[in-house]
Amino acid sequence: MAEHTIKAFDEEIDKLRGLIAEMGGRAEAAIENAMLALQRQDKSLAAEVVADDKRIDAIEAEVEKLVVQIIALRAPMANDLRDVIAALKIVSVVERIGDYAKNIAKRVPSIAANQRTLEPVSLLPSMGQVAGEMVHDALNAFAARDADLALAVIERDTVVDDFYNSVFRTLVTYMVENPKTISECAHLLFIAKNIERIGDHATNVAEMVHYAATGVTPPERERGGSAPQEV
Amino acid sequence: MMHEPQTLVPATETKMTARDVKVFYGEKQAIKGVSIDVDMDNVTAFIGPSGCGKSTFLRTLNRMNDTVASARVEGTITLDGEDIYAPSMDVVQLRARVGMVFQKPNPFPKSIYENIAYGPRIHGLAHGKADLDVIVEKSLRRAGLWDEVKDRLHDSGTALSGGQQQRLCIGRAIAVEPEVILMDEPCSALDPIATAKIEELIHELRGRYAIVIVTHNMQQAARVSQRTAFFHLGELVEYGVTSDIFTNPRQERTKDYITGRYG
Repeated sequence: MAEHTIKAFDEEIDKLRGLIAEMGGRAEAAIENAMLALQRQDKSLAAEVVADDKRIDAIEAEVEKLVVQIIALRAPMANDLRDVIAALKIVSVVERIGDYAKNIAKRVPSIAANQRTLEPVSLLPSMGQVAGEMVHDALNAFAARDADLALAVIERDTVVDDFYNSVFRTLVTYMVENPKTISECAHLLFIAKNIERIGDHATNVAEMVHYAATGVTPPERERGGSAPQEV
Repeated sequence: MMHEPQTLVPATETKMTARDVKVFYGEKQAIKGVSIDVDMDNVTAFIGPSGCGKSTFLRTLNRMNDTVASARVEGTITLDGEDIYAPSMDVVQLRARVGMVFQKPNPFPKSIYENIAYGPRIHGLAHGKADLDVIVEKSLRRAGLWDEVKDRLHDSGTALSGGQQQRLCIGRAIAVEPEVILMDEPCSALDPIATAKIEELIHELRGRYAIVIVTHNMQQAARVSQRTAFFHLGELVEYGVTSDIFTNPRQERTKDYITGRYG
């Protein structure tokens, strides 16, 4: 894209995109590490995820400040305007994604205490991986202004939703069969729910990216998954 | 260069239409086939870089280019369906129906009262002093200037501040009961407060007159107009709803210009 006549404007937009790329990378790593900590029952890695969330929050504040400054001083128009508005909305969503990853990490010690392997846990990393990739691709789509990649992210949300339904059913079956597992299963259920929410948020980011890139909101799609069917 | 598709916006009442309008200054072609509808209920803004033809095109709408010896206009421009370049058209009458406000306020070196009264008097719109008094008050009220000048109507118009002078010029245009008001960068010589007053005035006049404004200030176009036309190199590149033009322009050239990437 052609450069602005005012160079400082380009520098500010670049800085904005850089911050969002960093924030996205950190959120993605938080999801990955939270899932790894869960798998390996690694409490110190989990604690790291919780601590690192502060940086994600700090970037959100920094982006908000920069966006306000750009709007006030540069009066952005057209795609520039859509970009900075999308940036503002995206950071608040990515901040939530970071919180979900943190929440997953916080549950690791409670599950580790039981020293037991549960079958559903084996499904969760794959679920987490899909959600993490959605976050990754949604933010790549923002960096590249790639509306098609954004649409592909939106499509993928059903995969996460299907995982969630499957994990939900499995966990309920476990709890019915062996009430001693209820405490862990409840934690695992929350973890699954958190990943499912991460998928939804990545979808929201993708929708904003699509709007920023094209000026058009993507067509409404069926929202599935948040309420699993009866077992 | 290919003439790119334009978005003609449906209007409740089309006041003026231009079809394939071309303007030449001697050999040089300044306007390259512009078609546009100006509607009654919306303010239309013309934007574009210097030399893009927006002012030249504005001036075709009340035949101001007639005063330039080398200028030649082709195509059709109508006012209420009537060809304004037809031989039968009375140009003096046309310019009363399609009034104009210029970049620099240019009141007559006469009293405030006379600035307003002059037009109605020569156009025979007033019968006697009482009639004129009514027209002067009404025009100054509509121009948002009455309260500021009612006690000094016989002071010179040129003694007013720049912003007041410009509102006096708008009042002068209004006094002859025009149907269309053309404004050629009416705020470029004014400070922000005076500019805001003119913009507020444009908002109030909207609907009563068809208004077309040429402006270099894109924020102003965004603030005062409902329809925006972007001109570049003598072409009408894009014409559409102002909020669409400023959030999601269809043409690359429009986008580059309004986002400050032009040139």
